[in-house]
Amino acid sequence: MAHAETHAAEAHGHADHAPQSFIWKYVFSKDHKVIGIQYYVTAMFMALIAGLLAMTIRLQLAWPEKTFPSLNFLTKGYTDGVMNPEFYAMLFTMHGTIMVFFVLSTAPVSGFGNMLIPLQVGARDMAFPFLNGLSFWTFLPGCIVILSSFFVGAGAAAGGWTSYPPLSALRSAVPGSEMGQTLWIIGMVFFIASFTMGGLNFVTTILNMRTKGLSMMRMPMTLWAMFLVAVLGLLSFPALTAASLMLLFDRHFGTSFFIPSGLVLSGQVVNHQGGSPLLWQHLFWFLGHPEVYILMLPALGFTSDIMVAFCRKPIFGYKAMVGAMLAISGLSFVVWGHHMFVSGMSPYLGMAFAVGTMLIAVPSAVKTFNWLATLWRSRIIFKTPMLWAMGVVSLFISGGLSGIWLGQTALDIHFHDTYFVVAHFHLIMAGAALFGVFGATAFWFPKMFGRMMNDTLGKIHFWFTFLAYYCTFFPMHYIGLAGHMRRIYDPYQYEFLKNLQPINQFITISAFILGASQILFFINYFWSAFRGEKATDNPWNAAGLEWTTPSPPGHGNWPGEIPEVHRWPFDYSVPGAEKDFVLQTDPAPIGDKAGSH
Amino acid sequence: MAKLQGLLFGLATLVLVVVATAFFAKEWLPPLKSDRIAIDHGIAVTLLVTGLVFIATNLLLAFFAWRYQDAPGATAAYWHHNAKLEWIWTLVTAAIMFGFLFNALAMWGQLQKAPPADAMLVEVVGQQFAWNVRYPGKDGIFGRTDAKLVDPGNLNFIGLDKTDPNAADDVIMPQNQLYLPEGLPVRVRIRSLDVIHSFFLPNFRVKQDAMPGMAVETWFTPKVAGDYEIACAEHCGLGHYRMRGQLHVVKPDGFDAAVAAALE
Repeated sequence: MAHAETHAAEAHGHADHAPQSFIWKYVFSKDHKVIGIQYYVTAMFMALIAGLLAMTIRLQLAWPEKTFPSLNFLTKGYTDGVMNPEFYAMLFTMHGTIMVFFVLSTAPVSGFGNMLIPLQVGARDMAFPFLNGLSFWTFLPGCIVILSSFFVGAGAAAGGWTSYPPLSALRSAVPGSEMGQTLWIIGMVFFIASFTMGGLNFVTTILNMRTKGLSMMRMPMTLWAMFLVAVLGLLSFPALTAASLMLLFDRHFGTSFFIPSGLVLSGQVVNHQGGSPLLWQHLFWFLGHPEVYILMLPALGFTSDIMVAFCRKPIFGYKAMVGAMLAISGLSFVVWGHHMFVSGMSPYLGMAFAVGTMLIAVPSAVKTFNWLATLWRSRIIFKTPMLWAMGVVSLFISGGLSGIWLGQTALDIHFHDTYFVVAHFHLIMAGAALFGVFGATAFWFPKMFGRMMNDTLGKIHFWFTFLAYYCTFFPMHYIGLAGHMRRIYDPYQYEFLKNLQPINQFITISAFILGASQILFFINYFWSAFRGEKATDNPWNAAGLEWTTPSPPGHGNWPGEIPEVHRWPFDYSVPGAEKDFVLQTDPAPIGDKAGSH
Repeated sequence: MAKLQGLLFGLATLVLVVVATAFFAKEWLPPLKSDRIAIDHGIAVTLLVTGLVFIATNLLLAFFAWRYQDAPGATAAYWHHNAKLEWIWTLVTAAIMFGFLFNALAMWGQLQKAPPADAMLVEVVGQQFAWNVRYPGKDGIFGRTDAKLVDPGNLNFIGLDKTDPNAADDVIMPQNQLYLPEGLPVRVRIRSLDVIHSFFLPNFRVKQDAMPGMAVETWFTPKVAGDYEIACAEHCGLGHYRMRGQLHVVKPDGFDAAVAAALE
């Protein structure tokens, strides 16, 4: 652990060398706060694109029989107002890819991780500022490559975000994805390289640069989440890097890692032999499952840290909450096979993965109960960040419970690849992550821009989003029960799905409302960044270390010495305290065991 | 304003609980036509337990949002630890999960166990974007296939080697037509010619990926004669959505005649 003296010395070094020119200050910055905002804004832009892709998917599912001549400007997508089936495949492939990696891994982890880690550990910057800047400038080309794939050749990748070979490995298997799939792979490699640099920085900073007095068991939940997420990323992403490069070789250099013998595609014998498509699935999900926790853990951390500040009550069961996060992280490495119950993998293996899957429900339930106990006998102040935190708890319950349906191998036979799965992961993984990011944005906005977001607009945005989110994704459980498959361009080709069209139309209208409501957020974000009410240093009367910095923190974060920490960041409503919160830096001997956490 | 938010959150959560429960009470599953009723029972039990937890936790959330709002004179308790409570909810959750797990694994074992010796054998081979159905004929053995012999022009979609003696009595159906006798267990051998497909029978609670390079078997017993749909559940390309087959379950004594009629 670094000491205040060394930080003070560093501070002078930093202060002296704060960059002055625009380009080094805001473009090729090494300052963690600028990099965090760069990541965040890029993720916002990517979310806009991926959201529009989702809207187009929904349009097709609700009214496949209608023509939309006004969409003919999408020359690759529509012919005479009718969507091309291969375009539909590109839409869901790219929606999933962009949302999972370039939005929901990026905004909470790379965005808020970079913003918050130095502020919460009490450091001048991340451990490796240059690597941090490099990480962003590796991420951005990844975004450009992924987006450019829409405009190259016949269009973007169309093999699903999971890119299962042989569909993704044989260049003629999906007409129109010749270059698209290759660019997908290259974009992913950029992304993983960037995420790895970030992860190294996160782990090092959190382990080595905590200020004096900040033991691991005094860290806010957000820091715990960032630490675990970085570890998960460092351990799991290499599997996808390897798999992606193998896929690239299969596609372009004649190897057969994932392509077995004896395939015939459109009447032509495929000249590959000896590979296994199951190998890809194992490698992909070895990353893919930890990845969903990479999305979710930060949101769970934000939720705890926001909740205490607006409940004016300490977090309930801190050790259990940390333990639950550790358990979830550990177990996330032994559940990947539950995506493969009906793949043809050995049924015994399926049983082993079912064990891990059902076990992971236990720490998840523990988190929910601890949140509820935190709310009990609290004093809830309903500001925008708190609404989002409550929303995360709600979605975590709704989405978590359907996991129990899917984790049971035998039941999964019916639910696999249906909209039940789509409902499940949109509620728990996408929804919880998204709501967490919205909550964190409203909560830590003062540390981003020194201003407050508009609370009324924020609340209106929350209510539209919360209600529309449930109206969009909850009904998907029902059509999933009815057997509605995923990734279907026109479901009503099937007799047994014909009567589900009205529900799909309801979902689509809800999705449009959900999409449109996000305009409120964009307005609020950019308006408040420049014109919002000026924030005080600690506008929420919160107890965490980051609230001892100015709003916004300058270069080096603390103008003077880095403060020492004397307690955990959850001391609210301490009996005998002057105010209803005690800052983490307050040495007063009050609170539980006199602040010895 | 603050008061309103807590009330709204409580109300929204209540409405969610009521509407979700009302819709889950409806019959959504496609009518079951096979012997896999255990899956439906499993779903019902899971719905019941998770439904109760859903209602209980959401009602608590709604109640807390309404009850513990900030108000003049309100104070929060300085209470953040109770080991007994933690142990209770951890162990109770774990017990419920183990209950589900054992039940699910028992069910899984039943579904994956060896089929009865008298089960009928049929092969289903997925290709972009159709299902090829083959019966082994009297000898009960499928003839050899070879990718090089695939000849769609002559309707040899799966590349059957007609020089193989075992192939002589193989019956290859018109594409997308599967006939099964009612009440007899059937082993379906599932393969793929090109990319991954997934053989999905919504009314029979059957789903098995057709994995290229592998032949995977699943077995079940159709219970009710009638016409049903075969769906592809794994994204297999631009025609995935129309990879629709037909399953005709017929009375056992009319089976041969039905197959013969289909081959006409």
